[in-house]
Parts: sequence; structure tokens; C-alpha cells
Amino acid sequence: MDPRIVTAVGAVVGIPLVLAGYILLSERLLEALPARLRSRMRPYVWVLPAVGFSTVFMVLPTLNTIVLSFMDKRSENFVGLNNYVYFFTSPATLGALKNSLLWLVFFTGFVVIGGLVIAVLVDRVRYESFAKAVVFLPIPISAVAASIIWRFMYDFQPPGEVQTGTLNAVIGTFGFDPVAWLVESTTNNPALIFVGIWTATGFAMVIISASLKAVSSELLEAARLDGANELQVLRLVITPLLLPTITVVATTVVITALKVFDIVYVLTAGAFDTDVIASQMFSQLAGSGHFGRAAAVGVVLLLAVIPLLWINVRRFRQQEEMR
Amino acid sequence: MTQPSGPDLALRGAARSRTGPFARAGLLNAARRLPLHLTIWVVMAIWLIPTLGLIINSFRPVAEMSQSGWWTALFPPSGLTLESYEKVLATENVAGSFVNSLLITIPATVIQVTIATMAGYGFAWMRFPGRDLFFILIVGLMVVPIQMTLIPVLKMFAATGLAGTFVAVWLAHTGYGLAFQVYLLRNAIGGLPREIFESADIDGANHVQRFWRIAVPMSIPAIASLVIFVFLGVWNDLLVALTFMGSSPNRPLTVVVTQLVTSFGGGWQFLTAAAVLQMALPLAVFLSLQRYFVRGITSGGVKG
Repeated sequence: MDPRIVTAVGAVVGIPLVLAGYILLSERLLEALPARLRSRMRPYVWVLPAVGFSTVFMVLPTLNTIVLSFMDKRSENFVGLNNYVYFFTSPATLGALKNSLLWLVFFTGFVVIGGLVIAVLVDRVRYESFAKAVVFLPIPISAVAASIIWRFMYDFQPPGEVQTGTLNAVIGTFGFDPVAWLVESTTNNPALIFVGIWTATGFAMVIISASLKAVSSELLEAARLDGANELQVLRLVITPLLLPTITVVATTVVITALKVFDIVYVLTAGAFDTDVIASQMFSQLAGSGHFGRAAAVGVVLLLAVIPLLWINVRRFRQQEEMR
Repeated sequence: MTQPSGPDLALRGAARSRTGPFARAGLLNAARRLPLHLTIWVVMAIWLIPTLGLIINSFRPVAEMSQSGWWTALFPPSGLTLESYEKVLATENVAGSFVNSLLITIPATVIQVTIATMAGYGFAWMRFPGRDLFFILIVGLMVVPIQMTLIPVLKMFAATGLAGTFVAVWLAHTGYGLAFQVYLLRNAIGGLPREIFESADIDGANHVQRFWRIAVPMSIPAIASLVIFVFLGVWNDLLVALTFMGSSPNRPLTVVVTQLVTSFGGGWQFLTAAAVLQMALPLAVFLSLQRYFVRGITSGGVKG
């Protein structure tokens, strides 16, 4: 039998057993301690594996990366701010930064607003659950598979050839020339961002839809009786009421926008000026093997999420106070 | 009130159309609602057609794929075949990487959820100095991009000889995923009624018993939805696998599919079947467990 399968089965059965053994054994050891010390020590036993893993794989590496961003290619010599100077002067990284901003604005905007609008629209039809299931369908699909799905949508053949890509075939029936969606600089970034929107809108829609169900229909009816049209109801009544939910969704989507990697890597590999921060970092790391520059790109990404980190912690504290 | 079923609805529609005024009102109403339906249908088409196109293409003969679009297969003779699947399974090590994906995903999921459940209980029902500080750290870590950690972790794996192994990817996924999972389970387990734990305490149940007999069974819906979530996340991961096992024979399907794109260029024939294989399992898991998933959430909401 394949030794790798043995390892995997061993891990699936073994790790929970090891953890159970760890708890039981440490309970035994705690028995030996005086009662007061015992109840003081016990909690650390329970949270140690999680805190330990997070420390080894997240906290320490993050701090280490900050240090590495001030070192040279092989992390041997201190180079001061050189890697940051490179980041803010090199056309490649600046282009990636610009594209990440495009993602931030358009991906976030369309996902959140699209999710809200779709949730409100399907709320009024009988086939709501079916329509929601269709929009939600890309959620379990990987960004890799989604990119391949859209590669076929965006496929381009020179004018005069048979267009096998769905999009070019459609515009062809209206008499337009085929477009090289992923190559031309006016269309490639929007095309990539749309793939992202396609994969993420279902998530926003489902969460917004759940809290939309809690908005009382009498309230909406009252607004309509007062002469508000549907757009005003959406803008002036529904949106403010759903604002807390929308904020939560938006934070998640912003993080996704900043970290987007797979779609760009699979569809264009950053060519034709479509690089984003995360794919730029990967090419610095795996392509040119420049640890210092890659680390600096990572630090820029971290700086970009710090406001969100603060928002999350603050919201958590507010929730705790209400508990 | 019971929801009217399909045929019932059709009957009511027929009855309505026989009576004059209702018919006119119904028609007017339908006409007014047409833009609404049209918008929703367009949205559904945008969300459904791309996936459908890929799946249909994966069943078409390789030679035809570059001659005509996938939609030609909708009209007879459609000439569907398993050619792409046979080729991709035979030549491109896709079958092997499918198994790799399973060998990565299942242990990684089990490890993470077990550790997270323990920690979730600890954070929810134990008091200790530094608890709030640790937990705020966890909340903060949920936002930190894993890109920040790739270089040091890669160095660590290279130094310990783990790079390219399953163990490396299990550990990495666990380290990266735990923050969110501990957060989620701490909230779920912490939301259980306090009285149950207090009366168990009075009955002399220790923490192991309270965890195993009360906390775990009562949070099964939350744990189950987390398992689905983690499973999908690890199965669909590209970045972690690409970084820590880029060219290793252990690499998962996502990496192999991605490498097919770059090595074949226009090699549609392999790509379609490989991509469908990659998304088949998550789609099946999601569609079959979705009901359980939703029931878990709603029942928790109603009772809680």
C-alpha cells in the first residue's frame, strides 16, 4: 500500500488520539498540583495547541518578515529601506499596486452592491431559493477552476476564425469584432475582476439576504405608502437598516480583494499589466528568489489590512460588551 | 399556510385566466413584474452558463473543441464522449494529484477542527489571566494575510526537510486556519446555555466530561459547518500548496491544473476535464450537505 496513504490515515486517526491523550495526561499531571494552581494551569493546556500553532505559523513569521524586508536578497545583509525604495519606484510593483487598488474599489463595490441588489430582487419572486442557489454555486468552486471556466468564456481567436469563446461568439452575432479580453489593457483588468465578482457575490448575497429577512415588511410598506419608489426604499430604508451586516461583509470582501492571487496567477500570471500585490510577491519569491523584496511587498500588504484589523478588534470588543 | 406546489399553481393560473377582470389584473401585474424577472434571469444566466459551458466542453471530442463552441453540443448530434477524461487521467498525473488532494485535505481538516474545538471550549468556559489578550490576538490574526508568513515558514520547512511533504502542508494549513476556527467555535460553544455547564459542575463533572459530553455534542451543527468550510478551503487552496510543494510529486490537483494552463497554452482538451474533476468533489460535498448545513444553522437560531 502507498506509504503516503498510511501516513494520512495515521494522521486522521492519530492526531485526535494524540490530542485526547494530551488532555488526559495533562489532567493526570494537574492532579498532582495543589487545587489552586491546578485550576490556574488547566486552561493553558486546552488553548496551548491553538495558540502555539498560531504563534509558530503566524505571529513569529509575520515579525520575521518585517525584519527580512530590511535585508538583502538572501537575507544576509541589512540594506535599510532599499526594498521599500524599490517597491515605490519600480514600474512592476507600482503597476501591481495600482491594480490592487482597482481590485479594492471595483471588486469590493460590485460584490457588496451586487449582493445587496440581488438579495433584494430575489426576495420578491417565488423561485428565490433557486435563484440564490445559482448565484451561490461558485462558492464551493476553487478560484483555479473558476479561472479556467472564465478562460473559456474569454477565449479569443483572430477575426475571421470561428470564435469558440462564449463572449466573443455573443458579440460576434451582433456584428462586433472579437476582443482579446485578457490581453488588451482596457479590458484585461476588468475581465479578471469580474471573475472575482462572479466567485464572491454569492457569499455577500446570502449573508445580506439572511438579515434582509429580519427587516419588517410593514416598515417597507409604510415607506412605499409615503410615496417612496423602489430605489428610494432600497437606498433610504433597507441599506441603513442592513448597514451593520454590510460592514461585516465589506470587511471580508476588502481582505479578499487585497489577497487575491489565484485568479490573476491562473488567467494571466500577471502579464499584460495585470499583476496585483499578492501575485507580485509570489513572483519575487518564487521567480527571482529575492526574499527582501518579497518581504517588503508582504509588509505593504500587512499595512493595508491594519485598519481592518483595528475595525475587527473594535467590533469584537463591542460584541463582548453586549454579551 | 402550505406553499402551493407547481401543478397546483398552474391550475390556479388557469382558473384565473377564465375570469375576465382577474385575467387583466394578473396580466398587468405580470407585465409590471417582467423587468424584475428578466433581471433575475439574466443574473442567473451569467452565474450558470460559464460553468455549464466548461462542463459541456469537457465531454466533447477534443478535435471539435477548437472547431466550434460548446453550445453546438446542445443540438443533435451532440456526440458527447469521455475522451478528455480518459486522456487526462492517463497522461497528466491528474488521478495521482486527485488522491494527493484528498491526502492533504482530510488530515488537515481533522487536525484543525480538533484543535480548534478544544481551544474554543477553553476560551469559552475557562477563566485565566491573559484570556482576553490571547483572544484579541486571535481576532487580529484572522485578518493578517498569509503572504506575510510565506518566507519564514518556507525557510523553516526547508531547514527541517519538510518542504514538499504532506506534513508540511497539514501543519501550514492548520497554522493559517486556526485563528478563524477558534473564533467561530469559541462563539458557538460560548453561546450554549450556562446553566447546563453549571449543573454539570455541581454533579461533579470535570472539564474533560463537560467538554466531551456537553460542549461537543451540543455544538455539532457548528462543528459540521466548520468542517465543510475548512474542507472546501483546503481542497481549493492554491497558494499554500504552490509555495510549499510547488513541483513535489505530492502536489494537489489545484497545482497540477494550474501547471496545465501554463504548459499547454491552448491545451483545452486536458484543461476542461481536469478543472471539472477539481470542482466535482467540492460541488458534490456542498450540494449534498447544504441541507444539513442550513438546518444546523436555522435550528440553532430558533432554539438559541
